[in-house]
Amino acid sequence: MPRRPDELRPRLADGALLRHDDVRDVDVLLLPERVVTLNPTGRAILQLCDGSRTLAEICELLERRYSGAAVTADVAAFVDAGTQNGLLR
Amino acid sequence: MSVEPPLALTAELTHRCPLHCPYCSNPVELSADELTTEAWADAIEQASRLGVLQLHLTGGEPLVRDDLEALVDHAARLGLYTQLVTSGVGLDERRALRLAELGLNSVQLSFQAADPALADRIAGRKAHTGKLAAAGAVRAAGLPLIANVVLHRLNLDHVEAIVELCLTLDPQRIELANAQFHGWAFLNRLALLPDREQLDRAAVTYDNLRRRLSGTVELAWVLSDYAERRPKPCMGGWARYALTVAPDGAVLPCPAARSIDTLTFHSIGDRPLAWIWRESAAFNAYRGGGWMLEPCRSCDRRAVDHGGCRCQAFALTGDARRADPVCSLSPDHAAFVRSLGDQGGRLRYRRLGHSSSSKPSAAISRP
Repeated sequence: MPRRPDELRPRLADGALLRHDDVRDVDVLLLPERVVTLNPTGRAILQLCDGSRTLAEICELLERRYSGAAVTADVAAFVDAGTQNGLLR
Repeated sequence: MSVEPPLALTAELTHRCPLHCPYCSNPVELSADELTTEAWADAIEQASRLGVLQLHLTGGEPLVRDDLEALVDHAARLGLYTQLVTSGVGLDERRALRLAELGLNSVQLSFQAADPALADRIAGRKAHTGKLAAAGAVRAAGLPLIANVVLHRLNLDHVEAIVELCLTLDPQRIELANAQFHGWAFLNRLALLPDREQLDRAAVTYDNLRRRLSGTVELAWVLSDYAERRPKPCMGGWARYALTVAPDGAVLPCPAARSIDTLTFHSIGDRPLAWIWRESAAFNAYRGGGWMLEPCRSCDRRAVDHGGCRCQAFALTGDARRADPVCSLSPDHAAFVRSLGDQGGRLRYRRLGHSSSSKPSAAISRP
């Protein structure tokens, strides 16, 4: 059951490492048996998922960064998928 | 053909190991030679420059090297995601904490069974209690724990108890990996191979556990190639995503590749790692599909499974280009199935200095 945006505080899975891959010039999220390639938006969202910010706060920050574009639905879907796939908890 | 850079390096720091598990995939002829700290640091750095993002520090037992801390530190400075693959023997809280501080990212810890007596019998020494303490040390250091259990004839009836035990250790993931038959495990394959009924019962148990634990802990179940009708895309394709450096510095496309003695493998230090990856004959031997024989060459699954495992094809038929005999389309499949007819028997425990006279030759003879 998805929790409300002002309750959910997503954070990266234990042991996950976010970095830039210089050889392929792409952002990646590294997990024990996985390398996940990120687009710039994915990286921007994951960087804010620190376990203290709520999903609502993350959306607000991103909306400000992307000059007021409505991002809530997209970010919520990304966070939901990331949680299903074990990238976030 | 353009060659993409590798993603992962498996560094087999040593073949020394306190355990003697008969299912070990290390080669039967274990190496006593080991690279120096400087040579390992150089190999890891070259791998990072080549594009490697993940480092698996394994063995043997990597904890027996007292430069493990220095190598973890080095890898962390390069930004590598570093996983320690260990039996846990000798991993106390102090060492786990130190490794975490230096930048280790996760620990994969092996368990042999839930029952201490059976676990120690499989490991060939008393180790089980120490492993439980090691799991505690890993979690106390804040590191994610991956519990890995190799399944076979001796422990497949106890999957539920094994998972229950692992759950008490607060793991991020539990891997139930049915034994693959390389190295020592190949030597012991008839003693390790389960009955079909035993395997089917375990698969049902796993399925129930997976449903019960859904959303809490990640549970992985890997079938043995021997139990499949079609082969797995071994390593995602030969020399495509990963490479291995053996304790003595031999650079291999996978940990078992050295068994293919028709190939010549270079050592780290002989040549730049980038050259070995891109240019060496051994790494290019089974890339793409040009090397394939029938029925793989015209098979509609050739891009899916790449003809299966080259090491398995070599071990079973003596020719690494043949279709993996676990595939029911392979002309060697019937002989392969017959060769497994007489299961059970004595286990041979993994030891350094094992006589080379017992090196297996091709296990099935072709008509």
